[in-house]
Amino acid sequence: MRDSPGGPAPVAWPGRRTVLTLALGVGVGLPLARLGGAQDSSARGARPQPNDRFVLAAGERKGRLITLADLPSGGAPLTAYPKDATSGVVRDDSRLNQILLVRLDPRALDRDTSARAVDGIVAYSAVCTHTGCDAWDWQPASSTVKCPCHFSEFDLKASARVLNGPASRRLPALPVKVADGLPVVAGAFIGRPGFESGGG
Amino acid sequence: MSLRTLAIVGAAVLAMLGPAMLAAQSVGSYNAVTEQRLLNPEPQNWLMYRGNYSGWGYSPLDRITPGNVKKLAPVWSFSTGVTEGHQAPPIVNDGVMFITTPQQQVIALKAKSGDLIWRYKKELPEDLLQLHPTNRGVALWEDRVYVATVDAHLIALDAKTGAVVWDTTVDNYKNGYYFTLAPLVAKGKVMVGTSGGELGIRGYVAAFDARDGKPVWKTHTIPGPGEPGHESWQGEAWKTGGVSVWLTAHYDPQLNLTFWGTGNAAPWPGDMHPGDNLYSSSVIALDADTGRIRGHHQYHWNDSWDWDEVSTPLLIDFKKDGRLVKGLVHPGRNGYLWRLERRADGIRFVDAKPFVTQEVFTKIDPVSGRPSYDPERKPRSGAAVTFCPGLWGGKDWTPAGYNPKTNYLYIPANENLCSTLVGQAGPYEPGKLFLGIDRPKTTMSWRQGASHIGELQAWDMATGQRVWTHKFPYQNWGPILTTGGGLVFLGGTNDRNFRAFDAKTGTPLWEYKTNSGITGVPSSFAVDGVQYVAVQSGWGVDAQRMQARLDTFLGTKTDVPQGGVVWVFALRD
Repeated sequence: MRDSPGGPAPVAWPGRRTVLTLALGVGVGLPLARLGGAQDSSARGARPQPNDRFVLAAGERKGRLITLADLPSGGAPLTAYPKDATSGVVRDDSRLNQILLVRLDPRALDRDTSARAVDGIVAYSAVCTHTGCDAWDWQPASSTVKCPCHFSEFDLKASARVLNGPASRRLPALPVKVADGLPVVAGAFIGRPGFESGGG
Repeated sequence: MSLRTLAIVGAAVLAMLGPAMLAAQSVGSYNAVTEQRLLNPEPQNWLMYRGNYSGWGYSPLDRITPGNVKKLAPVWSFSTGVTEGHQAPPIVNDGVMFITTPQQQVIALKAKSGDLIWRYKKELPEDLLQLHPTNRGVALWEDRVYVATVDAHLIALDAKTGAVVWDTTVDNYKNGYYFTLAPLVAKGKVMVGTSGGELGIRGYVAAFDARDGKPVWKTHTIPGPGEPGHESWQGEAWKTGGVSVWLTAHYDPQLNLTFWGTGNAAPWPGDMHPGDNLYSSSVIALDADTGRIRGHHQYHWNDSWDWDEVSTPLLIDFKKDGRLVKGLVHPGRNGYLWRLERRADGIRFVDAKPFVTQEVFTKIDPVSGRPSYDPERKPRSGAAVTFCPGLWGGKDWTPAGYNPKTNYLYIPANENLCSTLVGQAGPYEPGKLFLGIDRPKTTMSWRQGASHIGELQAWDMATGQRVWTHKFPYQNWGPILTTGGGLVFLGGTNDRNFRAFDAKTGTPLWEYKTNSGITGVPSSFAVDGVQYVAVQSGWGVDAQRMQARLDTFLGTKTDVPQGGVVWVFALRD
């Protein structure tokens, strides 16, 4: 299954409070405007690629490039989207591309996490593996993040393993490095971002 | 035996098994669900979310009684294969049972044997956010089964085969719109209301032609510019003001009105959306043909507590001051039991009294029913405000029940819980949490000296007084089934038990420990003269969320196992 850029096309509604004599074609949906051109939609939907930069995913400074100075030690995680270094395309066509970026004490990281980090900067998928929420409550004392939707808690020092709550799988890690004085992607997600919705 | 020979033998075996498997999965004859049957459901069937249009959660079946309920035992069970909140009732039409599960399955089973007839699984988008991973059941009409999905589709299935007859994309899930309720079918229309109040949606109820899924009408729960009630909002707040519709409406065929409970205004603190905010935290009466709002009653104005009045009021007629009132009865999330009058020209307030400790309202206007507030108990920006009952209220979505034989209303309540919120404004972004609070500072507590949380309460509709209360040590998230045999059934507790009580006295009579915690809506039905009681066990969603909050507060770690199972019980010989 793949993302549908712009989302599905909902039904077209009859005039407000107008009872319809239903006519053929009334339910045909109006396609939503696609946010990006067809030319770069695959680049926008692609998962993070090596050498991608990071840009802020939300807030007043949305889209701004994240620098090392934006990641002070002990600061709260930033939510980012990857940005293709060459074309400048921001890969924001899928919410599964959201990335948590934070600088931790390098000495606190476990071996696997340390191998994927640079100067204590670590990155993970920002989409909870339980039911897909993407808001986080930062717990600075423990360097953990807690999902406010169902209270799963992940240890960012240790490969984002699950400490508490209903999630059963860690947040996929994203290797990072420094290039041209910026934090950049060093490799693909370790694992699949998002949650498994299929059942039965 | 060569591989080729093995393959030929295998194919022959499959050919022999094939017809048998098909036969085992065949529904056989299916009794179409006509308008007339929906208006007068047979006692042996459970044709809609709460059993009848009045929303009683009542089965007239009377074979299982306080005298023999101790002999109740499971006769079959069925694993759904998914985790999270299994809240849908087993809906039964002449021996065929339909359930829904989280992650959007619809399953048809033989109600007597538990044999699988068909299973429909919707492929969900991989980027879907599920704040409420649940589904509350199907609606039946003619030979169709209707389900509203967590990715904002409304789908009609063939009741005999599970094949998709039509699939209407109602909204864009990426903007925070989704469905959790069982649809309502009345007068050939399928009606749904949208969830998404935590994601800054603008709520609505919509109706579709049951034959082909074409839209018929759509009524927003927040009036737009120029519509009555729009003046109760300021600025642009109405565009992202929430007012979700979480549960199935009840329907009065005489008045041709559907009654919908509505959610809170968004974001949570009231100072972020000044005004009364119609029609938040209300009941609205919509004309079934046109969707026109024919009346409303707002239980509380300018909600600031996340008190969705999510439940739909029950249609119960009662006497008040010697006069028979065609009533709407609603045990509210705000902790008050509301009695209203449903009329062709609107909804009138009758009376209200608290059913749990309520420290926010200072008085209720005796004519209009409008509450006054203690301003110190009203969450706002930049202040830590504690209020009781807490944000899950005196009763959340779990439906109450009404038994016409006892004339009692049964309320699954939570007492003694309080919340603390700190308001903190944040920007709206489509599809993102839009709560307006400093989330890490949100806490739960219980009132000093509290001895328990969960309650099952019985209220006499003749007197308007509470007649008995059963207390549970911890939270109660159990939807109610009550029966003509004089029993009340519910789960709802974290010990995985499903229980039966004497409907008249409240005496606990029977319990059975299932696989998981039960937040499913129970139902009762009969096949070949045998009465069954059915429920889905499968803990999750807000029951699990409250458990996590309680564990944080109490310093405990409670493991309530997850995984959905349909349980069907009958009397042992």
